[in-house]
Amino acid sequence: MSDATVSALKGAEARGLVTLRDAGLTGMVTLRADLATAARAVKRVTGADMPGLRRITQGQGCRVAWMSPDEILILCEHATARKLAFDLTEALTGQHHLALDVSDARAMMALTGEPGPLRDVLAKITPADIAALPLGEMRRTRLQQVAGAIWFETETEARVICFRSVATYVFDLLAMSAREGGAIGYH
Amino acid sequence: MLTFRCPCCGIDACETELAPGGEAHLKRFGPGSSDDEFEGYLFLRPNVRGVHFERWRHAMGCGKWFLAARCTATLEVFGTYPAQVSAPPPDILAAIRAKRPDWSLT
Repeated sequence: MSDATVSALKGAEARGLVTLRDAGLTGMVTLRADLATAARAVKRVTGADMPGLRRITQGQGCRVAWMSPDEILILCEHATARKLAFDLTEALTGQHHLALDVSDARAMMALTGEPGPLRDVLAKITPADIAALPLGEMRRTRLQQVAGAIWFETETEARVICFRSVATYVFDLLAMSAREGGAIGYH
Repeated sequence: MLTFRCPCCGIDACETELAPGGEAHLKRFGPGSSDDEFEGYLFLRPNVRGVHFERWRHAMGCGKWFLAARCTATLEVFGTYPAQVSAPPPDILAAIRAKRPDWSLT
């Protein structure tokens, strides 16, 4: 069984065209609901505005990312995720919804490097148009054989999330994509 | 390679991000229908060469089902639209007729 008190990648790090590292334990709360009517409760609990299509908004100590027309993902401190899910459930009483702490079902990794190589390394493993991905937008896509999501914190730092069970696969995939000698110089 | 714009999340999704769901706008024959009707609903498809309406799911993205109109011979995509309809919307039909004047919805 997985040990949920450590991150799936146990602090792994790889260096190459970009630096890839385990982003460590991260709180993630998924909320499925009618987003328009849940906006007030989300604002009250997280301090963040309801994100528009594919956007990420900033709240108090957390961020809210648009996942689908009826789903958002709240990224927060690992220790506060369970309370946040509970508070959302309270705030949405009487409204059809599901708020769940999924922190330990996911893995997050961070890539840092020069803007060009950073986008190249990601573009090699996904069909998503990485060149057209702006800051503050979450792109759910395919990372070779598995589902994942990518977004840019800054032009020199990207984040990738995937399911915990495929964390090692995605890490190895990114590490291989970032290996020295694999530069393509497209971006 | 097919590229569909997912009407749910606005992404131009590559075929490999999607899961195919077969022909769209099927009329369901369930309990109480005749064996022939049920067989037709379950198995018999016209498998057209030309304009085709299909179901797709943005499996690696927002996870939602949507419908698409495309040509099975040229792979040209005429448009995509939400799945909550029982017939192709007028703008999709207009887009098809603009490209295929001889085509008609049978």
